[in-house]
Amino acid sequence: MMTKGLSKQIVEEVSVYKKDPFWMTKLRLQALEYFQKAPMPASPAQRGEPAFGGDLSGLDFDKIHYFIKSGNGVKHAWKDVPKEIKRTYDKLGIPKAEQKFLAGVSAQWDSEMVYGSLLKDLKEQGVVFLSMDEGLQQYPELVKEYFGTVIPINDNKFASLNSAVWSGGCFIYVPPKVSISLPLQAYFRINAKNIGQFERTLIIADRGSFVHYIEGCTSPVYTTDSLHAGVVEIIVKHGARVRYTTVQNWSKNVYNLVTKRAKVEENGVMEWVDFNNGSKLTMKYPSALLVGRGAKVDMLSLAMAGAGQVQDTGGKAIHLASKTSSVIRSKSISHHGGKTSYRGLVKIAPGVKDVKSKTICQALIMDERSKSETYPAISAIGANCELSHEATISKISEEQIFYLQSRGIEKEEAEAMIVNGFIKPLVRELPMEYAIELNQLIRLEMEGAA
Amino acid sequence: MKSNFEVKGLSVEVDPSSHEASTFAEAPVDKSARRGKRVVFGVNLTVKSGEVHALMGPNGSGKSSLALVLMGHPAYQAVSGSVELGGKNLLSLKPNERAKLGLFLSFQNPVAVPGVSLGQLIWSSYKSITGDGKADIREFYETVKKQAKNMGLKEEMLERFINDGFSGGEKKKAELLMLLSLQPKFVILDEIDSGLDVDTLKKAAEVVNQLVKKGTGVLLITHNQKILKYVKPNVVHVLKEGRIVKSGQVKLAREIEEKGYAGI
Ligand SMILES: Nc1ncnc2c1ncn2[C@@H]1O[C@H](COP(=O)(O)OP(=O)(O)O)[C@@H](O)[C@H]1O
Ligand SMILES: [Mg+2]
Repeated sequence: MMTKGLSKQIVEEVSVYKKDPFWMTKLRLQALEYFQKAPMPASPAQRGEPAFGGDLSGLDFDKIHYFIKSGNGVKHAWKDVPKEIKRTYDKLGIPKAEQKFLAGVSAQWDSEMVYGSLLKDLKEQGVVFLSMDEGLQQYPELVKEYFGTVIPINDNKFASLNSAVWSGGCFIYVPPKVSISLPLQAYFRINAKNIGQFERTLIIADRGSFVHYIEGCTSPVYTTDSLHAGVVEIIVKHGARVRYTTVQNWSKNVYNLVTKRAKVEENGVMEWVDFNNGSKLTMKYPSALLVGRGAKVDMLSLAMAGAGQVQDTGGKAIHLASKTSSVIRSKSISHHGGKTSYRGLVKIAPGVKDVKSKTICQALIMDERSKSETYPAISAIGANCELSHEATISKISEEQIFYLQSRGIEKEEAEAMIVNGFIKPLVRELPMEYAIELNQLIRLEMEGAA
Repeated sequence: MKSNFEVKGLSVEVDPSSHEASTFAEAPVDKSARRGKRVVFGVNLTVKSGEVHALMGPNGSGKSSLALVLMGHPAYQAVSGSVELGGKNLLSLKPNERAKLGLFLSFQNPVAVPGVSLGQLIWSSYKSITGDGKADIREFYETVKKQAKNMGLKEEMLERFINDGFSGGEKKKAELLMLLSLQPKFVILDEIDSGLDVDTLKKAAEVVNQLVKKGTGVLLITHNQKILKYVKPNVVHVLKEGRIVKSGQVKLAREIEEKGYAGI
């Protein structure tokens, strides 16, 4: 089943193959209609403004595989995997078996054996931790109650597309007051189902619970298909806290267009930690709907763009209740002619009071050819609100490199030192193994080798 | 071990393509005005191991340009002449390679490098210059902390990003701290004395004198006699409009004080 292009028939086939309940089939078909009707995000020339999220004109919807049966579709031969990707795997020290998996050569490996005991522990506490496909089969009622409630199927063209053909992704339910101390990560790091093009993730943290979920890894994820349109929905109930960490490095042909949003109830806390590298174009703006009094969101993101790449990222905080607060810290690095943009939105609904919001954008530009832009948008009404926005763009100067060189340090090393200092606040938030990998990856990128 | 420093017939131009290179606040706005601007003309200088040479001259006479070209700043081109340290030609080497051969420049205006802390820089420099793979970071830090304290630098300064928001005096002290831990063979001090109070000035002189005793050669750039009370130069040179117009003994410095540069 490797037909290219999208039609009602394809969506129906996906649905039948996945043994969807009837409501899901209906939802998919309706989403397809929305997708077909929705315009592409307007091009910059049409609107006479800077590109919204960059240029999507190279994206041909007819050339994409929308449905690949799991287990047999993703495979290509190891010898077909581009050399530079193999080289990067080696430099990052990724074991061969995992390399093959990441490159989409092998589709699955035995995670049960390694993570079986962890999964058993979780089960005993009533935690549900499954792929989205399994989640829908085993907990149809729970999925039905929340699916598409944070990101409606007509939210934007790519969310509609995802809703129509989604496959894979992750489903997590954490019962009231359960706090999961270890991040849920390793299992999905090596679970093929997660690296879908149209993955769909739904996390429900019930009252007073805590979960930290980590997706991705620093190795470039190689795919011959050029579109990744994921959707992540998170429900943070009364007093719960969710941290969602993404460390992603797509291969350089991919359009990475992801919709991520959390709905945060009274006194809930949502934390997005987001690292994006690779891809041709990434458009990603993790958001939070702060719907309950005292709800909070904290976003920390780092985007890195190299030659021929655009990282259009940012964060959105929608304050729908009083006494809510948001902190958006966005960092970006552009190098070898890459371009980063920050696009933010802080919105305070009418009648909402006592809101605090802080946005800090910091861009680091490595050379003359690279660029960075900032488009913050703040729309505020309401009494007693404290809002702040700070943006700094700094360039690594010849003068700085010379200074470090004059102290015996090689040019490349000097650049790496500056960059590592810049990303430290984000790296500090990552588990050790990710932090080490990230530092290594950045070094490779700076050398232009990754 | 002799490491003489020899400059012969050195002429220097400022590279027009480098718009960030200026070491002073009021960089010329008109870039074309800087096109291949010659700032140093046929300078000869031999500083033997363990000698101190003072280089004096009015503002804008080319002292910093000379210092920067010796260290290998990309904006300053040596258009003729040669520079050798211990018999090795420096001009074809990268700045970090010159540093490894034992050259150290204390900057008149060291640039801030957000992201890199003073402590981290000292440690990284130490490791790459000495090639000492076995050095213990904790021991090293203990020593540096003591040296910092002795210099009148608070310990917390080691954690701060280098020169970022440092006062003029703190920048000079940080430069001295690096000088102290790197123990170079030849040192260029570009106005190390400006902005220092008397006590720190004496400390700076102490650092320099100690190095000199061990055989380090020094080029002491200043336009101020004060430091010469504490560091005794073997020779004083006067630089005017990019040329060494006079060289002599310490009394030349006194002469300048009395008559001004115009009278030299
Ligand atoms: N990066 C630069 N760009 C433009 N002009 C420069 C630059 N560096 C030095 N110059 C010029 O060279 C001359 C000498 O400057 P400098 O070496 O800083 O003198 P000093 O250190 O003796 O005060 C001055 O006329 C100055 O304007
Ligand atoms: Mg000067």
